[in-house]
Amino acid sequence: MTARALRQPLSLRLFSGGFLAFWCLVAAFPIFWITVMSFKAPVDAFDANALNVIFGPETLARGKGWSLIDIALGLGVVLATARIAVRRLPGLVAANFPGALTPVGWILAALVLGVAFIVAFFGLVPLLSGWLNPVAGPLGRDIIGATTEHYQTVWIDRGFSNNFKNSLIVTAGVVTVSLTVGTLAGYGLARSGSTLAFWILIAALIFRALPHSVLVAGYLPVFISSSEWLAPILGDNAPTLYGKPMAVIAVLVAINQPFTIWMLRSFFQNIPSELDEAARVDGCSHFQAFRRVIMPVMWPGVITTGLFSFLLAYNDFLVTSLLLDASNQTMVPAIAGMFNRETTTTDQVVAVAAAVSITAPLFLLVMVFQRQIVSGLTAGAVKG
Amino acid sequence: MKFKTFAAFVAPSLFMMLLFIAFPLVSVFVQSFYVTQPLYETVEVETCTPGFLTQTCVTETKSQPLRDEAGKIIERTIFVGLQSYRNVLEPDRLWAAIQAGSWNAVQSIDFWKALRFTLTFTLITLPLVLGMGLAIALVINNAARSIRGPVIFISLLPFIITPVIGALSINWLFRGDGILTATLEWWLERDIAMFAQAWTIEILMMLYRVWHVAPFAAIVFYAGLQTVNQDSLESALIDGASRWQRLRYVVIPHLGPLIVFVSMIHLMDSYRVFEEVVGFSSQGHVISLQWLTYDFLTPDQAGNRSISRASASAMLTMVGIAILLVPLLRRTWRDHKGGRA
Repeated sequence: MTARALRQPLSLRLFSGGFLAFWCLVAAFPIFWITVMSFKAPVDAFDANALNVIFGPETLARGKGWSLIDIALGLGVVLATARIAVRRLPGLVAANFPGALTPVGWILAALVLGVAFIVAFFGLVPLLSGWLNPVAGPLGRDIIGATTEHYQTVWIDRGFSNNFKNSLIVTAGVVTVSLTVGTLAGYGLARSGSTLAFWILIAALIFRALPHSVLVAGYLPVFISSSEWLAPILGDNAPTLYGKPMAVIAVLVAINQPFTIWMLRSFFQNIPSELDEAARVDGCSHFQAFRRVIMPVMWPGVITTGLFSFLLAYNDFLVTSLLLDASNQTMVPAIAGMFNRETTTTDQVVAVAAAVSITAPLFLLVMVFQRQIVSGLTAGAVKG
Repeated sequence: MKFKTFAAFVAPSLFMMLLFIAFPLVSVFVQSFYVTQPLYETVEVETCTPGFLTQTCVTETKSQPLRDEAGKIIERTIFVGLQSYRNVLEPDRLWAAIQAGSWNAVQSIDFWKALRFTLTFTLITLPLVLGMGLAIALVINNAARSIRGPVIFISLLPFIITPVIGALSINWLFRGDGILTATLEWWLERDIAMFAQAWTIEILMMLYRVWHVAPFAAIVFYAGLQTVNQDSLESALIDGASRWQRLRYVVIPHLGPLIVFVSMIHLMDSYRVFEEVVGFSSQGHVISLQWLTYDFLTPDQAGNRSISRASASAMLTMVGIAILLVPLLRRTWRDHKGGRA
């Protein structure tokens, strides 16, 4: 095809570029803006003037601000984290945690990186700037009003760290169990052409469409009264399932299962079946073939599916808010409670800080796993 | 693969789905015909207050819940047939409203209000998501290779964000004199209160949903654009097709299956609209079907959950899902038969 015939007129190229820029602005603006708001005093955060929100004069007047040195240090920490996450982390994990250990490696790496970031950003930067600011002259003067006090309020005073821990338990549980169960089923379904396999997939498709509130309406009475009907089996110490993270994990795994097996099935179909047939000819049973031949090559698909399981569990509001009691609440229901109850503007900004705290890990996730997420989105679609 | 091996591979997953999806479904269906409530007894209580010369005594009949020896309230489950459905649908009020010809009266009944919003929401967001997704995919495809990575990264952010948080973040931009409300007020030169009436909230909710889902559509379409047959494009060019005609007659038919796929996923998901109601705290003005069930399941001030009504409204929600699924299932079935033949 000749290049000249395809050359686009300037107007079209300008329009295309303009629309792209507009979309990027629309996509990133709300997230950027709440991040800015979370660092300001309430008066500034909800100011009608955009410049006042960005520069925070009221916050500055209260003696809370960042100098150029602070900003440089903070940006440095953020950029360094991003760089390590994108450039170094995949290699490190692949080298130190081969094969089946990869997911564990990723969880560990993400935790270490997250903790390191928090220590550096909230501990090291203020310490360093405390030394540098007095000696740096004009560079050391506060120019932007900003404060991290709302984060301290959220995480320390409001017990958000407890919610974070619960989120961690639920998410880790859901990802582990649903991948273990789903991988087996996905492999079985991909390698079996029977009518039964077809009907299981159809049933899964129907289950995927169910509103979650329908299912929760089914669990709730059963879970609340579980100590009564479990008593004949488990005796006196039969648990009340309502409010237990374990019960929520089981529920979320089940809700996630239809999606998981569809996705993993399409990944397994991409692994040539000659591979396990060869292993079978060499005398392996199906399970041995699965363990020795398929498991070493299935990790890209499993990691992608794991990401989407993670998102489902992490983002869930409906199931966790109805099935967990206050002491075991995860982050998302906790913030909704915070937002609906509190009415003063300080509380609003605290809720904004909590929202940013919930979004930060997701941001990191997209940064590291962009390729896997994109391949996951397209895998289901391209193969129908 | 032998049946036994297949069964061994699939069994754990199947067991979980049966126990936690199929079983609750049946139990919700059964629950919707029963009501569990405390047994009441009517007792005569004489209350006396001290008065001058004689006490003033009043005897009144009072109903109170029966308690067993341990002091627990005795509950009884009775079969009520379609009563819970009637409580949700309120056919009498609906009929009266229709006879009066008053749309507002129909909209004052929770279920019909929720149904109206859920359907409007689903049908309006669908073309917007498809159009926006296609537009974004085309411009990304048109952009220089070096900036595609960062652009896709930014595009993924609205998709990946927790739905409640995403809705909240849009909410904060508009709440009170939020930054975007202020901008709108400055632009239109009039006072605007985004959260004072239903229709502005609905527009915000739809905008949020399009913002949230368009990246998904865009990425899927973008992947599809990579596989467009260059030969057909070239022959179209030689035949003198304009840019628009090539898009209309070559590219879009090629994306056809993907458009169907995205539409199905979007219909299923937006029919379940729920997080928006929480994020925009719009329950005073706008509610959705799934939120209605959620509300029945949340304990009220006395700590009671109306499980039966929740079950009834859940079953009614399911009717819509069933209608949505029929064409999808028919298509899958045809493909399956076709694939074997």
